[in-house]
Amino acid sequence: MGTRDAGLSATKAGTAAGRVAEAHAEIAAGAVASPPGEWTTQGNNTALTRYSDLTEITTANAKNLKLAWTFSTGALRGHEGAPLVVNNTMYLVGPYPNIAYAIDLTKPATVKWMYRSNTDPWAVGVACCDVVIRGWTYDAGKLFYNLLDDRTVALDANTGKLLWETKLADVNDGVTMTMSPFVARGKVYVGNSGGEMGARGWLTALDENSGKIVWRAYSTGADSDVKIGPRFHPFYPKDRGKDLGISTWPPDGWKHGAGTVWGWISYDPALNLIYYGTSNPGPWNQDQRPGDNKWTSTIFARDADTGDAVWAYQVTPHDLWDYDGVNESILVDLPIQGRTRKVLVHFDRNAFGYTIDRETGEVLVAQPFANLNWSTGVDLKTGVPAVVPSKRTHQGATVQNICPPDIGGKDQQPAAFSPRTGLFYVPTNNECMDYTGVEVSYIAGTPYWGAAMQRHAGPGGNRGAFIAWDATTGKEVWSIPDKFIVYSGALATAGDVVFYGTIEGWFKAVDARTGQELWKFHCGSGVIGAPMSYKGPDGKQYVAVLTGVGGAAGVDSHVEGYPAEGGMLYVFSL
Amino acid sequence: MSSPCELGGRVTMALLLPALVLAATAVSRVHDAHAARPVLRVCADPNNLPFSNRAGGGYENRIAELIAHDLGDSLEYAWWPQRRAWVRNTITANKCDVAISVPEGFGALLTTRPYYRSTYVFVSRADRHYGITSLDDPRLKTLKIGLHFVGTDYDNPPPAHALGDRGIVRNVVSFSIYGNYSEPNPPAKLIDAVESGAVDVAVVWGPLAGYFAKNARVPLALTPVVPSTDARTGTVFTFPIAIGVRKTDPALRASLQRVLDRDEDGVQRIVQEFGIPVVGRD
Repeated sequence: MGTRDAGLSATKAGTAAGRVAEAHAEIAAGAVASPPGEWTTQGNNTALTRYSDLTEITTANAKNLKLAWTFSTGALRGHEGAPLVVNNTMYLVGPYPNIAYAIDLTKPATVKWMYRSNTDPWAVGVACCDVVIRGWTYDAGKLFYNLLDDRTVALDANTGKLLWETKLADVNDGVTMTMSPFVARGKVYVGNSGGEMGARGWLTALDENSGKIVWRAYSTGADSDVKIGPRFHPFYPKDRGKDLGISTWPPDGWKHGAGTVWGWISYDPALNLIYYGTSNPGPWNQDQRPGDNKWTSTIFARDADTGDAVWAYQVTPHDLWDYDGVNESILVDLPIQGRTRKVLVHFDRNAFGYTIDRETGEVLVAQPFANLNWSTGVDLKTGVPAVVPSKRTHQGATVQNICPPDIGGKDQQPAAFSPRTGLFYVPTNNECMDYTGVEVSYIAGTPYWGAAMQRHAGPGGNRGAFIAWDATTGKEVWSIPDKFIVYSGALATAGDVVFYGTIEGWFKAVDARTGQELWKFHCGSGVIGAPMSYKGPDGKQYVAVLTGVGGAAGVDSHVEGYPAEGGMLYVFSL
Repeated sequence: MSSPCELGGRVTMALLLPALVLAATAVSRVHDAHAARPVLRVCADPNNLPFSNRAGGGYENRIAELIAHDLGDSLEYAWWPQRRAWVRNTITANKCDVAISVPEGFGALLTTRPYYRSTYVFVSRADRHYGITSLDDPRLKTLKIGLHFVGTDYDNPPPAHALGDRGIVRNVVSFSIYGNYSEPNPPAKLIDAVESGAVDVAVVWGPLAGYFAKNARVPLALTPVVPSTDARTGTVFTFPIAIGVRKTDPALRASLQRVLDRDEDGVQRIVQEFGIPVVGRD
């Protein structure tokens, strides 16, 4: 990991140049970014800003962007995550069968090495939602990624040789792993997927050099399992009490209660805390799991070394709609009511954009960033969202027009932050669902009852939008509607150009201050990957993105215009 | 571990049928390259008795054999474990053409007329003499109840919905319908729990309960859940079971229906042999 202090190097934007946040926000002081011109982690910064300080591509010249080179991953299905660039080498990894490539950037598209994992095909049948992985991460000469069959592997970045692999769970139990690992303090943090299969969620820290498990923190169960101890001080009374991971469930419900950890992790070195969210509760219907179902749909702050929970905030208590809390927490410092607060900004599936004091867990702002009608608002004094009774789901009942639907106002697709504008750039979903009573369903041998869920476009008829957001006020600054959900990640750059892609395959550059479209390119498949930027050996700025539609975007595969699959890297430059 | 989607386990059937039937059924069928005769491609779980397993020990295997024999087809399986999206990963993915037991009218597939109708049942040790038949039986508030769960919030077996609606949750013990797939017949763990006394009573899909009760170490008592439609929640406990094909395969459905009609006795013998509790139409 690099040592440059991104917070100190960030420059303030002039307010005359265009629209910026009302009160200026900075990348969390002390957060560690990739070395200049490189992109070594999914968020490019332990604050998960997805911000590049390269300046060659500007709002003035972005219209001249051209395709520089392409590369086929050889995989179909959903391509999430971003490629990495370290030492003039690009590293990319595709969905199952998880083939990894190192590409020498000093020669035209030359493969330096490739690594074929022997991922167990059994895992394909277990994965909930396509066979994605959300990229990988680099630190100190090693690459780390998770295989769908519950192994974390470390490769030598120079040779592609396997350094270690650690088995973390058994696919036979319904557990898979899809998240990108995250590295801090010599530890590789990984979590599990499989809430739909009755898994119990956890985050595990592995030793970076040996792969040995250092600690594991469960999302449900006794305080000792959740690593809740004397240091745990949640801000709100609703999150205080002994063994809430047991007592907020019916007996044994926590054993299969989900709260899986399949999203993103951020790290504040100054506080030495990591931040991540847990999935929705499972697998029972809501009537079978009365209670808050802690610690599902929860944001955790933990000591990076010991894993001890320092605070937790349950975002959606007793979730009824599949609102996972796994979306990223982006770390910034911004002035609120006259003083600078160390905050995390989190765009939840439940469609509220939260600005939370990352030292204490106090919610400072909670405003809708996408259309929602399940709640009338979050009480900042209690931290409790007020649920609209008519939008409660219940077996046998029909509930029309719940917004957002199960995939949320935003899913895992990561947002970006620019310290130049102080704004967040957020890919969002604008869909609602009709939940209709009961429908006969079937898996081999067993008939059962499920609910029929029909998703449809939300108000305006557009299924998604790419927006700019002011986290100080909790207000949208501009919005670009899209026919489909916007399911790609976002990239912000110091040239004030922001990049994102659409399901239809358009890769776009827009003005960070106004949202004005500057350039677009049509890719062969849809974009659900996360764009990144790097400086090539020739000194030029490049922007790269993985394309290949799939993942949860597949919920709209029936909509006209949904493209064919196909994994391809596209790289652009002036 | 072997691949879940591996094609294999071909069972050679005697070729004993009139050429006319072949002609009628060949339209939507894959042909066996070696034998130049149609192949009955069946989607099945390799580890899920009493339904099917790789060794051919399930009733679905037996019915598949009966059909292949009748049609003079060779029999191939596409194995896929009982998992969420089983249908999508097998028959919809065109890895196979026939699912031997799906609920009649199941939206994703075209179905034949049902060849049996079963019900969710209460299962308990016979020496307990419970005789529970209704979900409103007051004893269900205190007995330890074992239930299968399926998956997402909205998808669960009928007893989970109906008991949840009654507030019966604190005495419920959950068992994954998927279970641990490295063990034989993972859903059977729930029946094991009744036998061992880990739970007092389980509410289980009939074919599963009937088969394992027949082979249990201690005598088990099975009583159907009545009424068959829950008055409180509208949840239905009985399911007519039919053979499913893709919606684009009406000719195959017609062919399978003719076999079911022709050999009704043979099919019913298999249903009976596996101890499947059969209920009549309401």
